Amino acid sequence: MKTANKPVSEPLVHVVKRDALPLWKSLLIRVLAVVAALLFCSLLSVLMIHANPFEFIDTMFDGSFGSSRRLWKFAKDAAVLLCISLAVTPAFRMRFWNIGAEGQTLIGALSAVAVMIYLGNKVPNGVLLILMFIASVTVGAIWGCIPAIFKAKWQTNETLFTLMMNYVATGLVAYFLLLWTPSGSSVLGELSVGHLPAIGHDYLLLIIAVLVLTVLLYIYLQYTKQGYEISVVGESENTARYIGINVNKVIIRTMLLSGALCGVAGFLIVGALDHSIATTTVGGMGFTAIMVSWMAKFNPLIMIGTSAFITFLDQGAAQITTNFDIDSAFPSMVVGIVLFFVIGCEFFIGYKPKFRQNIHKGGKA
Amino acid sequence: MNKQVALEMKQVSKYFGSLAANKNVDLTVYRGEILAILGENGCGKTTLMNMIAGIYYPDHGSIFVDGEEAIIRSPKDAFHHGIGMIHQHFKLVDIFTAAENIVLGVNDGKSYNIKEVNRRVGEIADKYGFHVDPKKKIYEMSVSEKQTVEILKVLYRGADILILDEPSAVLTPQETDRLFEILSRMREDGKSILIITHKLHEVMSISDRVAVLRKGEHIATVETASTSPAELTEMMVGKKVELNIDRPEPKNVTDRLEVKGLSLTNPEGIKVLDNISFVARSGEILGIAGIAGSGQKELLESIAGLSHPTTGEIIYNNPKTGTAENLRDKDPVAIRELGVRLSFVPEDRLGMGLVGNMDIVDNMMLRSYRKGHSMFVDRKKPRDLANRIVAELEVSTPNTHTPVRRLSGGNVQKVLVGREIAASPTVLMAAYPVRGLDINSSYTIYSLLTKQKENGVAVVFVGEDLDVLVEICDRILVLCAGRVTGILDGRTTTKEEIGLLMTKTEVKEESGNENG
Amino acid sequence: MEQFFASFLDYFLTAFALGMTFLYGCTGEILTEKAGHLNLGIPGIMCIGGACGCLALKLMSGAAVPPVLLVIIAILASFAGGAIMGVIYCFLTVTLKANQNVTGLAMTTFGVGTTKFIMSDMSSAKEATQSYLYALKYFRYPFGESGSALVYNGFMVVLAIVIALAAAYVLNRTRVGLHLRSVGENPATADAVGINVTGYKYVATCVGSGIAALGGLFYIMCWSGSCDAYKSIEKLGWLSVALVIFTLWRPNISIIGSALFGLLYLAGNRIPTLLGIQFDMSVTKLLEILPYAVTTIVLIVTSVSKKRENQPPAGLGIPYFREER
Repeated sequence: MKTANKPVSEPLVHVVKRDALPLWKSLLIRVLAVVAALLFCSLLSVLMIHANPFEFIDTMFDGSFGSSRRLWKFAKDAAVLLCISLAVTPAFRMRFWNIGAEGQTLIGALSAVAVMIYLGNKVPNGVLLILMFIASVTVGAIWGCIPAIFKAKWQTNETLFTLMMNYVATGLVAYFLLLWTPSGSSVLGELSVGHLPAIGHDYLLLIIAVLVLTVLLYIYLQYTKQGYEISVVGESENTARYIGINVNKVIIRTMLLSGALCGVAGFLIVGALDHSIATTTVGGMGFTAIMVSWMAKFNPLIMIGTSAFITFLDQGAAQITTNFDIDSAFPSMVVGIVLFFVIGCEFFIGYKPKFRQNIHKGGKA
Repeated sequence: MNKQVALEMKQVSKYFGSLAANKNVDLTVYRGEILAILGENGCGKTTLMNMIAGIYYPDHGSIFVDGEEAIIRSPKDAFHHGIGMIHQHFKLVDIFTAAENIVLGVNDGKSYNIKEVNRRVGEIADKYGFHVDPKKKIYEMSVSEKQTVEILKVLYRGADILILDEPSAVLTPQETDRLFEILSRMREDGKSILIITHKLHEVMSISDRVAVLRKGEHIATVETASTSPAELTEMMVGKKVELNIDRPEPKNVTDRLEVKGLSLTNPEGIKVLDNISFVARSGEILGIAGIAGSGQKELLESIAGLSHPTTGEIIYNNPKTGTAENLRDKDPVAIRELGVRLSFVPEDRLGMGLVGNMDIVDNMMLRSYRKGHSMFVDRKKPRDLANRIVAELEVSTPNTHTPVRRLSGGNVQKVLVGREIAASPTVLMAAYPVRGLDINSSYTIYSLLTKQKENGVAVVFVGEDLDVLVEICDRILVLCAGRVTGILDGRTTTKEEIGLLMTKTEVKEESGNENG
Repeated sequence: MEQFFASFLDYFLTAFALGMTFLYGCTGEILTEKAGHLNLGIPGIMCIGGACGCLALKLMSGAAVPPVLLVIIAILASFAGGAIMGVIYCFLTVTLKANQNVTGLAMTTFGVGTTKFIMSDMSSAKEATQSYLYALKYFRYPFGESGSALVYNGFMVVLAIVIALAAAYVLNRTRVGLHLRSVGENPATADAVGINVTGYKYVATCVGSGIAALGGLFYIMCWSGSCDAYKSIEKLGWLSVALVIFTLWRPNISIIGSALFGLLYLAGNRIPTLLGIQFDMSVTKLLEILPYAVTTIVLIVTSVSKKRENQPPAGLGIPYFREER
């Protein structure tokens, strides 16, 4: 036991926690990570599709900003993603790992469609829209607060719970689709009722609504008592108890809000864009939203940027698939790779590797 | 006497951020000796030992084992060098059995057989007279059983150098005696034992030599036989400390808070508070003394409305309305709504009293954010308060928007105490308010408490340093194993008297033996 | 009655065989979670496993190698693909201490996308009538072409069970297993007794990811035998994650659990014919929710009962940093 297996070398690197990094430095690290990621992707594309890197970058930009049509699509996609990202944010600030935005949004959308199908043509469009909104928000909130209740009462693991709820929601949508499509095709065509009015451009109302929501949520989280309580609960439940915050109440209230916001997203998708529903209506955005929110450090205003960034990647890469005739799965590869870089770079903001200065050989020759 | 050097530290330093936990420490440990590592809270004792045990890696300097440089970058390396540490906070896997925990990490080349391990653990336990069931799960164990498992863990590995971090803190005196007997036996066996402690009587009774640390620096290592507690204290605190804390006579004393027959059973079913009764009076400082974990935390949390007692009453006499209110089973908000101005400085500053990642302003709001009917928080008043506290209590911080986590211990405490006092309380409870603070900050806190007392506040002060308690308190309540063993006059009592009451249950038994 | 039994047996065996897809994923995820890492990248990793195996077969097509070797190469490629994904996940979450949920989800995005990229290229290729499926017969019919589902799904069924039993044995009866569980329960403790926490996390996650990856290969080459099968792997992957909870982190129970999930997954298709009744089509969709609903109920029941042995590993999802103060 005494001197067996004596290690001879000192650790070259050991990791220490950093004191706060100035803002510009942390931003620089993130920007460098994104640049490195894009370089890596363009290198990959050189190898796979024999395009030169400049062409790659150029096409990426072309995909989102190349024409006014693309620009609008870009803005619309970013807005929808932003909306779902807003929805997950209150829960995350509370360190409640809600990965069920996919299901909460879908169930919200389903409720809106249900209202359209059962009440369409029976009530005026305005009333219908209001009812759709109420249905989406209510059902989304209920869906979101079920795991919260169990978390509050019995510490049921919310990550796994909300994950499961996603697929229950998908299954419900599949069920209702069969119910609503007489042919059994499961494909629901566009419904003619319950459209949100278009102002200026088809997507403009949606975009404005989401931006307003962003500002409202920012104010809620930053400047209201409830927002402050969310932060306290997220940072330390003990402190929350100490100052008399009812932790369970805050958890449930916040998840009601999260779920309701997902419901709003579902309502907007149905009312302003799809006018229909499929099991893929949310299309993984519930998961992407988690990354958008996390990258923005749960700050709604910064999320405008991060959601735009992810959408830019997605759309740019999609443009590459068209221009270079490669498979349409390319965008998700690019997004995945860039995310790896961005996730990885956070380490260098929070920690710093420290190299041993006096490197000398220890032990015996 | 030809002493063989077992372990040597040369010029070892360790930094946390910009804070030096240890600075150029030299330390020599011989075979077959018990070396006490003595120092105040926060002097870097544990950090230093953690570097020997491989938990931390030194930023500078080297460690030699048996005369050869040893690179201890992990606990595994430490084990290879025959070094084992028993931590103050037990490092056990709750859902494992005792034996599983003991054998964890041991790779003796033999195939793994839990029955064989159970047998060998039983053997070792019998040899030293420990009582432990190798198949019992840790989560079903009491604190002292857990410590037994920790010690067995190191014994099982046959370590030559043992480090014990304040081992007696959780033990009864008999258990401590038994432990010390075992340690003496190990010393005779040629093992080196390092004990981290701040209890002088333990140092004097068991150690061969004492190494004194102060503010991360090694002050001196002396032979126990040729030193005295007074000399050690002097080295520990630097200069001979005449505490000289101002203690004005209480004025306008009235009963403010009456605790009657309070009992509390914790979720594990252990009675942590047993029929506690006392009165806290306005214009007085009531000290609470006791071994760590005697129910101090539970008592304060029960009064503050954070835990719910099983029986008893907590009566608050409202000086404004003259009414008496029972605070029992009311949460902190309900207590506040009754008009009870109760301030509480908890033991866990960053984990309970403050939010580490929030700045000073946002931490000021913790108490007051609910004020007013607006749904928005008002940050103006908290900002003014933050500025005032920073200026008045001389908190050293870049600005009021620095997260409190980045402040030093003393400054964190100033922020917390400052906030609690700013609520102009009628009752102020403070748990270990000077723990880990330097002398200057400690005095700031003492004078703040005394000033509150002069303002007619009923101050409840939970302390661990008896010298301070007898100098600052008007009355001292002594807790032992969840029961009140005495309430003494702070002006006439002695440390010895308090010390006796702190271990009263055992004293009774022992005196019984003597009589018989 | 006899016919009922025959068709029930067929239903059961088919479900059992399908369940092996979950079993691979579940065993892999259990190993990862026992090391304290919730890897939500498992669906992506299973996809990648399928894709890498097929890619290897495509590259080998036409080469004169014995079928046994061909199968082994495919399995190794699949395992390697998963393990590489595991290395990326570990590098981000262990070494760089990134958030596990976010990293896992990014892994799934990347894995599913990359798989589609690899597979759609292959399945659209006309040459050699879908390049890799020629190896199908070595995977599916090593014991002859006829027989029940269990037989025609070949040796990978056995392999899955063997791996699950081996994992259960290692976890509960060996020193390595004890150490691994301690890493997931309380990394600081494991570290303090000299267990290489980072090493265990890496190895457990990479081996786990490799095993999960085999599930993807199994599904394409054994269960479905169709080049479009890769499209459903993601969905099955999430069921694997659910199965981990359902079986309370025990690989041996998950053998039964996987069969049950198989039964539930196929219930919509099989139960009507089995009972000779005609369900409305939509009801079958509701039956498909069952595995998730049942898992949720198990999750709730275990958390309400608070039995310590049935809880998730205590260190699950929490990054470990030794010098944390």
